[in-house]
Amino acid sequence: MSFEEVKNTVKKIYEQVKSENLEERDNLINILHAIQEHYGNYIPLEAAEVLKELTGRPLSEIYEVLTFYTMFSTDKRGKYIIRVCKSLPCHVTGGAAVLKSLKDVLGIDYGQTTEDGLFTLEESSCLGLCGVSPVMLINDEAYGNLTPEKVRKIIEEIKEKERSGVK
Amino acid sequence: MRKPITILVSIDSNSILLGARHFKNYLINRLEHYNLTELVDVLETGSLGRYDQGVLFLLLPDNKMYGIKDTNDIELFVEEQLLKGRPVKELIVEEIQTPKSVEAKKVTEEERIVLKRAGKIDPKNIEEYIAFDGYQGFAKALEMKPSEIVNELKASGLRGRGGAGFPTGLKWEFTMNVNAPEKFIICNADEGEPGTFKDRLIMEGDPHSVIEGMLIAGYTVGASKGYVYIRGEYFESVDNLRNAIAQAYEYGLLGENILDSGFSFDLTVRLGAGAYVCGEETALIESIEGKSGRPRLKPPYPPVKGLFQKPTVVNNVETFASVPAIVLKGAEWFKSFGTPSSPGTKVFSLCGNLVRRGIVEAPMGTTVADLIFKYGGGIEGGKMLKMVQTGGAAGTFIKADEINIPLDFDSFKNHGASLGSGVILAIDDSHCAVDVALNLMEFFAHESCGKCTPCREGTRLIVNILREFSKGRGTLEMLDNLYDIAYTMQNSAFCGLGQSVPVPLTSILDRFRDEFEAHIGADTCPVGVCRFDKKKKKARK
Repeated sequence: MSFEEVKNTVKKIYEQVKSENLEERDNLINILHAIQEHYGNYIPLEAAEVLKELTGRPLSEIYEVLTFYTMFSTDKRGKYIIRVCKSLPCHVTGGAAVLKSLKDVLGIDYGQTTEDGLFTLEESSCLGLCGVSPVMLINDEAYGNLTPEKVRKIIEEIKEKERSGVK
Repeated sequence: MRKPITILVSIDSNSILLGARHFKNYLINRLEHYNLTELVDVLETGSLGRYDQGVLFLLLPDNKMYGIKDTNDIELFVEEQLLKGRPVKELIVEEIQTPKSVEAKKVTEEERIVLKRAGKIDPKNIEEYIAFDGYQGFAKALEMKPSEIVNELKASGLRGRGGAGFPTGLKWEFTMNVNAPEKFIICNADEGEPGTFKDRLIMEGDPHSVIEGMLIAGYTVGASKGYVYIRGEYFESVDNLRNAIAQAYEYGLLGENILDSGFSFDLTVRLGAGAYVCGEETALIESIEGKSGRPRLKPPYPPVKGLFQKPTVVNNVETFASVPAIVLKGAEWFKSFGTPSSPGTKVFSLCGNLVRRGIVEAPMGTTVADLIFKYGGGIEGGKMLKMVQTGGAAGTFIKADEINIPLDFDSFKNHGASLGSGVILAIDDSHCAVDVALNLMEFFAHESCGKCTPCREGTRLIVNILREFSKGRGTLEMLDNLYDIAYTMQNSAFCGLGQSVPVPLTSILDRFRDEFEAHIGADTCPVGVCRFDKKKKKARK
């Protein structure tokens, strides 16, 4: 992807977010969310350069924001981002075994992406679904009352879906 | 026209995971199959507070609650209950068991303040909210002077429901009295305190109550703009709130010259992006301003200098949702619930090793024991209760024999158990205190924003030491070190996050010291949870 492409895309998103919201002095986080959504699940580093021009803020500040929040990533992530809760309410209801089974079945550690580019595993703090813990989010879909068996089944189903080419 | 029979399907982020959406569609499909669609309405409603019996279907006007676990249950429900009029006993959830009506003798509608509409109305429909006293508090407020509203709130004794418990009326008064051309209202919906999921369910089940509370705040302090800052991961809450805001605009309850009162108010949603520290109000403000969420130096406090350096009221979701009823029914009514120093009700999040996990609204001053055994149904799987963490990740640990403590804003001072955000995390005896402490401290180390040294380094050191314990390499000296670090953080960390880390740490160390000591020099973890390093003995010699 060329710098020109990123520049045009980011500009368009910037204008759109600005027009959607109240009169704003600063919209950076909303804009970053929108850019990330556009590119799937990451923000190309070049976007920061473009935003520097558009917002008039120093590049260092934009990088800082981009890297401070765990939901943003400058690395290309998998098609499915798995956010698994590590907080105590999940931990005491069988969370540790779920974490282990996820790592086993995917063959990766936190922050890594599977070789086929399908899954990225991220640790998350409380997702606010403690009524059905342990839980994980796969993109914006939540899964609760997890057990190692259930985790295996969910991952297998997604893999199967991908293999058969269903979108 | 309303049809003679209504089935309310409880749909919220928790029940969806149990299949609520699928069950609803399946039910509609069955109704079509039996030509019942003319007679039966299927509507969505918010959380009914419990999840142990599957997805809840509320059958009206019979007022029977069905717990649906799979599609066979739906077949049975349709064939027996709907077609033949025979209740299916095994699927009916006993009324007495529902958390909100456990105290059957005393329970009246009025005892539920914040959740009174959740599970009864369709949260996506503003008309249902309006039909249930919705926007009445705001309409009444418009006929009052701002100072009268502040006085009513102060008299009601309402204290912030986010955890700190600051008197809401006083906070609003500060902002009201500042002379400034521009002021803001912010709803803190960055619910990140582990174990807390009440705000999520309020926003999903009754989003207009939050909007109404913010409108009243705006009118009272003279603000014309509001923000709801919601966690980026709360997709359903964001959708419901955005939808509710759009409807409020449509009905002229937001925007210019609302209800011809001359008062104008705009409201918008802002998304968080995954940072626990943004629940701290000044960090949240920084985040709305498009910066990384690092707390500001206080004072000045937000009521005087907040968003864009303008006076700003920041309140929790539950606090705003409490306000309309107080304005409508008065301070005296509100004070008839709860305790003298903490009036009203509190929405508790019950989680951990409980039979019935979920949310429940109970009067302030309800004991931990009642929350666990009456509302939560006791400990799951026939195990014994070992400890309870109350108040969230930054809350205190208490032992099983201390649970008769009533929870209100003074319970920390009086009994050493914090109310915090209303979390009750029950932990059974299969868990090890060292492992629990380690998991919790890893959370704080991960969420420390890195701005100040005591928190950034303190949390890291605590985790290192606890890891040594969990590998069987702890020493008595390390225990002392933990207390030292806790003392330093409590007294020198920059913001509430760092200052509160010592609360859970020292409370678990104090109460389970014997268990920590039993890890020292032992061959295995006394509870059998921690995995000791096998090389331990060699390394020592």
